Amino acid sequence: MALLRLRESQITKIHYLTGILSLFAVAIHIIFRLIMPFGQSLSYENVVANYHNIFYVILLESILVLISIHGFNGLRIILIELRQLHRWESTITILVLISMVGVIAYGTRTIVIASGL
Amino acid sequence: MSNEDNKKVILKVYRTNYNKDDSPHYDKFEVPVKRWTTVLDALLHVKSYSDSSVGIRYSCRMASCGSCGMKINGRPSLACYTKISELKDDVVVCEPLPNFPRIRDLVSDFSQFFSHHKNMKPFIQNDKVSLDIDDKHDLVEFEQTHEDVDRYLQFSYCIRCGLCYSACPTVATDPKFPGPQALSQAYRYEADSRDDSKKTRFNIIDERHGIWRCHFAGSCSVVCPKGVDPALGIQLLKGHMLGLSKNNKKLSNLRTKNKE
Repeated sequence: MALLRLRESQITKIHYLTGILSLFAVAIHIIFRLIMPFGQSLSYENVVANYHNIFYVILLESILVLISIHGFNGLRIILIELRQLHRWESTITILVLISMVGVIAYGTRTIVIASGL
Repeated sequence: MSNEDNKKVILKVYRTNYNKDDSPHYDKFEVPVKRWTTVLDALLHVKSYSDSSVGIRYSCRMASCGSCGMKINGRPSLACYTKISELKDDVVVCEPLPNFPRIRDLVSDFSQFFSHHKNMKPFIQNDKVSLDIDDKHDLVEFEQTHEDVDRYLQFSYCIRCGLCYSACPTVATDPKFPGPQALSQAYRYEADSRDDSKKTRFNIIDERHGIWRCHFAGSCSVVCPKGVDPALGIQLLKGHMLGLSKNNKKLSNLRTKNKE
């Protein structure tokens, strides 16, 4: 599995990059919420309208992917520090990868259904 | 005689023998101290006049050998470099270094620490230089400028006392982590213009329990008795590995000795 063979420096590059990019993406997301009164921005019609805006859909998908990669890798780092066995490390890496793909797939499904694409 | 000359402190020494399953406890000793008395002096006073069985490791008494590292009043320090008057406390607690397997009393086992150090190949490696020298005229020397030396000089002051290793929170949870001492030595040789084995060392530290597990707590630099900043070395090394910072290292030229 190519992902398991990545060197830690390559994974760290991805980790830092997704962390920085997700900061920007979340900032844009928050600014979107602030261009109108907060309560109004969360009204049903507004939320559905947001999902039908292709740029907003791309932004949501980016946030989902970036935060999932960054967050799940953070979780992997915490877990592999707990035990120093090669089998544990590989198992954790595979489990975290599967969970990450699962969360991204489920989130993408929600975005696709809501946007009516 | 002034009050200072009669001053006494209580030395609380951690006692146990792991080979005999002794339960850990603290022994208290009253020790006379002067303004210049170090913790090592006080411990040696205890060994001479109170209890000769107190286990300590020491050698040079001048912060050069790095043997007498221990936790003094909760902080990893060299016993020979810590004056009791500077602790500003009437009770001095001496415990073995954390993050090290313990042997007896204040003596800890440095095997794992030295093994991490050895893994970094802490010596100059240069393919241009042959190690098989039959004739003294085959000897070569490297040309280095002052700037070349400044890049690694502070890291070469390391005396391998293990204080940074004992203060590191990552080592406390992950014994496979090389620790600040070994990583700063990897940087020391990476920054040295005489060394060209960057790739070999990068491969050693670029793994799951390698350099990326450093969370930059910075406690290693705080406790170093020689003024080395291992946390800086680790961050510089990380920057080089990610390609974020340039080393600007130019390998030294070789100067061959002229045949007479």
